[in-house]
Amino acid sequence: MSKSNVSMKVNGKAVSAEVESRVLLIHYLRENLGVTGPHIGCETTHCGACTVDLDGKSVKSCTIFAVQAEGAEVLTIEGMAAADGKLHVLQEAFREMHGLQCGYCTPGMIVRAHRLLQENPAPTDAEIRMGISGNLCRCTGYQNIVKAIQYAAAKINGVEYKEAAE
Amino acid sequence: MNAPASPSSLERAEKLQGMGCKRKRVEDVRFTQGRGNYVDDIKLPGMLHGDFHRSSHAHARILKIDTSKAKAVPGVLAVLTAEDLKGVNLAWMPTLAGDVQMVLADGKVLFQNQEIAFVVATDRYAAADGADMVEVEYEDLPVVVDPFKAMDADAPVLREDIKDKKDGAHGPRKHPNHIFNWQVGDKDLTDAAFFKAEVATKDLLVYQRVHPCPLETCQCLVSFDKIKGEITIYGTFQAPHVIRTVVALISGLPEHKIHVISPDIGGGFGNKVGAYPGYICSAVASIVTGLPVKWVEDRIENLSTTSFARDYHMTTEIAATRDGRVTGLRVHIMADHGAFDACADPSKWPAGFSNIVTGSYDFPVAHLSVDGVYTNKAPGGVAYRCSFRVTEVAYAIERAMDIMAQKLGMDPVEFRMKNFIKREQFPYQSALGWEYDSGDYHTAMQKALDATGYAELREEQKAKQEAFRRGETRQLMGVGVAFFTEIVGAGPSKNCDILGIAMFDSAEIRIHPTGRVLGRMGSKSQGQGHETTWAQIIATEIGIPADDIAIEEGNTDTAPYGLGTYGSRSTPVAGAAIAMAARKIKAKAQMIAAFMLEVHEGDLEWDVDRFRVKGNPEQFKTMSQLAWAAYNKVPPGMEPGLEAVSYYDPPNMTYPFGAYICVMDIDVDTGVHKVRRFYALDDCGTRINPMIIEGQVHGGLTEGYGIAMGQEIFYDADGNVKGASFMDYFLPTAVETPHWETDYTVTPSPHHPIGAKGVGESPNVGSVPCFANAVNDAFKFLGSTHIAMPHDAYRVWQVAENLGLHA
Repeated sequence: MSKSNVSMKVNGKAVSAEVESRVLLIHYLRENLGVTGPHIGCETTHCGACTVDLDGKSVKSCTIFAVQAEGAEVLTIEGMAAADGKLHVLQEAFREMHGLQCGYCTPGMIVRAHRLLQENPAPTDAEIRMGISGNLCRCTGYQNIVKAIQYAAAKINGVEYKEAAE
Repeated sequence: MNAPASPSSLERAEKLQGMGCKRKRVEDVRFTQGRGNYVDDIKLPGMLHGDFHRSSHAHARILKIDTSKAKAVPGVLAVLTAEDLKGVNLAWMPTLAGDVQMVLADGKVLFQNQEIAFVVATDRYAAADGADMVEVEYEDLPVVVDPFKAMDADAPVLREDIKDKKDGAHGPRKHPNHIFNWQVGDKDLTDAAFFKAEVATKDLLVYQRVHPCPLETCQCLVSFDKIKGEITIYGTFQAPHVIRTVVALISGLPEHKIHVISPDIGGGFGNKVGAYPGYICSAVASIVTGLPVKWVEDRIENLSTTSFARDYHMTTEIAATRDGRVTGLRVHIMADHGAFDACADPSKWPAGFSNIVTGSYDFPVAHLSVDGVYTNKAPGGVAYRCSFRVTEVAYAIERAMDIMAQKLGMDPVEFRMKNFIKREQFPYQSALGWEYDSGDYHTAMQKALDATGYAELREEQKAKQEAFRRGETRQLMGVGVAFFTEIVGAGPSKNCDILGIAMFDSAEIRIHPTGRVLGRMGSKSQGQGHETTWAQIIATEIGIPADDIAIEEGNTDTAPYGLGTYGSRSTPVAGAAIAMAARKIKAKAQMIAAFMLEVHEGDLEWDVDRFRVKGNPEQFKTMSQLAWAAYNKVPPGMEPGLEAVSYYDPPNMTYPFGAYICVMDIDVDTGVHKVRRFYALDDCGTRINPMIIEGQVHGGLTEGYGIAMGQEIFYDADGNVKGASFMDYFLPTAVETPHWETDYTVTPSPHHPIGAKGVGESPNVGSVPCFANAVNDAFKFLGSTHIAMPHDAYRVWQVAENLGLHA
C-alpha cells in the first residue's frame, strides 16, 4: 500500500508522518499520535463520537482520510483546555449540568458544541438540538447536554444562566 | 443511637457530600478532558489486531474454508478456524444459559454474520484485508426465522449437535428446535378463572428484536505471558469477575493466573454481560502468537452478533368481572433465542424474572408458560437496560390492561386504580411467586394525574376526536399511561446464581491512617457514576467527606469478587455491601473511641462524623482521629488497622415502581408523531444522588422512546439481518428526543440497609408501554384494538390507512 507524507497541526502542535493513503483521520489521531480523546462509535459517519474541529468546521474524523487533512489545523478535546490547564467553559458546563454519563460521546459532543457556539453564540434550545443532531448519546437523553451548552453560552456571553422551559 | 441534629451537625453533614445530595461526578473530570481510558485506548508493545470473516448465509453447511489468500496478505500472521480451535478444545464454548455455542463455525453456520475465521495481523487494516480474503463454500439449508414455524413438525433441524437430546439444561425438549418450557403458577385455578370470567381478552403482544447498542462496541485486549503462564484480559465487561471464572472453567488456566480488567466502559445496557467468540479467539491468538491481541467489533458486527434483546411473542389473556376487577392472568410466551441459547439470565431462570408479569395488580390467580426456541438468528436475549425479561412482560401487562379497559369501556387509569395492590398489602405475595417488598401505587398514580392534569387531557382529547370526526383536523391525540413494577437486585442466593455462583456482591473499605479512604467493589460502572455515588454512601455511613474517598472497580486482582453491574443490581446488592462494610468499620471505630474517651461504648452516640459522649458533646473523637488511632493506640487485644469487607447476600429482590404519562399528537396523513409531554414519576426508595437519578431516568426514557417508536433488528425470510447499521437502526438524536419531566415518591425498601431499590432501568421498562399505549390510545376511538411496535411513521401511517382514514 502506497504511503504519503502528511503534515498538520493537532491541538497547536505540528505533526508529520508517512501514512497509507487509506488511513482514516480518526485512526491516524488515535493510533499514530495517541490522541485518544475522539472515539469510534460506528465508522459510518452517524454517531459523531469521533468529531474533531478541522479548520473551523466540525468534521467526523472517521469520514475523511488523514491525507485530506494535509496542512489543516485540527482541534480535539485534548486541545480544549487553556495552555495553563484551565478548563474550557464547556468542559466545566458538562460537569456542572450532568451532561455526560459513560463519557464516550463526550469528547465529540464538546468539540461539536464549541463549534456550534462559534456559529451561533446565543442559540435557542431547538437550535442546539439541531446543532448536535449529528452526535449520538445513548446515556443522557440529551436534555442535560442542551442545558450544559446553554450554561456555557451564558457564561461566554457574560449573562446569567436561566433554565429555559423547552 | 444517632444524636438529634444541631446546626453544627447539619453543617458538617452538608460538607460530607453524602447520600441525598446532588454531588457532581468524580468521573467527569477525566471524561470532559478526553482522558477516559477505554479498551481501545490501551496499547501494548507488539500488539496485534484480530478481525472476523463472517457468514453471508443464515443457514448453510460449510463445504470448504480456504484461508490461503488471507494468509498471503501482508501483515497477516495467523488465521484461526474451528479446526484450529478443536486442538485446544475451544471450537465450542459453554453459554451462561447451560447451552453450548460455536466459537467459530464448525461444519455449518446458523445465522448471518456468524464468526467463521479469525484473522490476526499487525494492524487493523491488514486484519480487515485478511478477513475479506477468506473464502468459504456453502451449501444452502432451509432457513427459519419465525419462532412459531421453528416448532412445526417438518421444520428444518437447526442444532444438529443436540438433535437427539431429549433433555436440555431446563428440562424436557419437545422438538429438535425446542430449548425449554418453563411454567409458573397454578394452571388449573387460572383456567377455572377464565372459564368463569365475565369478560376476557386475549392478544398476541410482540416485543420485537432490538439491541442495547452502547456507543462503544464490545472489545478486548488479551495478553498471554508464556513465562509466567498468566493471561491478562482487558475488556468491556459489565461483570469482570464472572468473565474470569468462565475463562478459568473453559480454558483450564488456574483462576489466580487470570487477570481481568474492565477499564472505563462506554455504556453497556446489557450488551457487555456475556462472553463472545471475539474474546475466546483473541485469547487463543495471543497464546499462539505470544503477543497481545486486540479485538474491536465494528457497529454492524455489534448490532448483528453480540447479544440482541427481546424477541418475545406474548399471548396475554386477562379475565375480569364486568365491573372491572381482574380475576386471572394467563400468559404464554414464545421466546426466540436465536441459534444458541446464550441468554444472560441467572442460571435457574431460563425466562428471567418474566413471572413479574402480574405487574402492579392484585391478580388472585395467574399462570405463565414460556417456550424457548432456536431460529436462524443471532444468539443472545440479554436484559437491555432492564432486569431479566422484565421489560418484555411489563409491556405485555401494561398493554393488556389497556386493552381490557377498552373492552370494559373504562378509563385505563380508573381500571388500574381499581386493581392496584394496596399499600397495606405489602409485603405482597404475588400469584406467580414473588414477595413485593414495598409500594404505594395509589399515591404515585394520583401524583402523576395531578401533575399532568389528566382529567383535562381527557376532555381535550374528546374535543379533538369530535373535531377529527367533523373533518376539522387531521391530528389525533393519544394519552398513554403505564404503571410498572420492576424486580431488580438479583439476587438472593436462595434463588439466584450464575454458573453455580450465588449472586451476592461485595465491598472492601480501607481507612488510611490520615482518614482518607479507598473503597473497592465487585460492581462495575459503565456510566452509572459509581465512583461518585459509592463514596456518598460511605460518607454518610462513616462521616468522612466523599471527596476523601476513592472508589475502584473492575480489576479482578484488587476488587473483591462480585457479580457485576446489570439488572439494576448494583445499588440493591453492592450498595448494601458498601453500607454493611462501612458499619463494620464504624463499630470498630466506636470501640476505639470508647477506649480513648475512657467510657463504655454504650455511653457514646454518633453525630455525623464523630462519636461523642452522651450528655457531654464536647467530649468526642472524630472519624479522622479514630482512623489515626486505629494505627497506633487500639484497645488491648484489638487488631490494629481499620478495614472491612462485606459480601452481601440480599434477603429479597427490590421492587421499584413508577407512574408514567405520555401525551402524543399524531398526524394521520404522514404517521408522524410529536410527544407533547412525557411525565415520569419513579419510586426507587431512598435516593442516593438525585442528579444522577434524574440523568439515568432521562437516558432510560430516551432508550424506551427509541424502542417503542422505531427500533427493530429485523430478519427477512432468508435470514438476512436488516437494520444492523445506524442507517437503519433507530437511535434518537437530540432532535427527535422529547423533553422529559421527572418526579418521584419515596417508599424505602424495608430489607435494604439504606432503603434503596435501584433506578437505572426503570425508565426503559416503564416508558416502552407508555409510548405504545399513547399510540394505541390515539386510534382506539376509531375501533382499533392493538397496534404492534415499533411505531415508526410508516407503520403508524399504515394503521391510519387500514382504518380507512385516508379515503
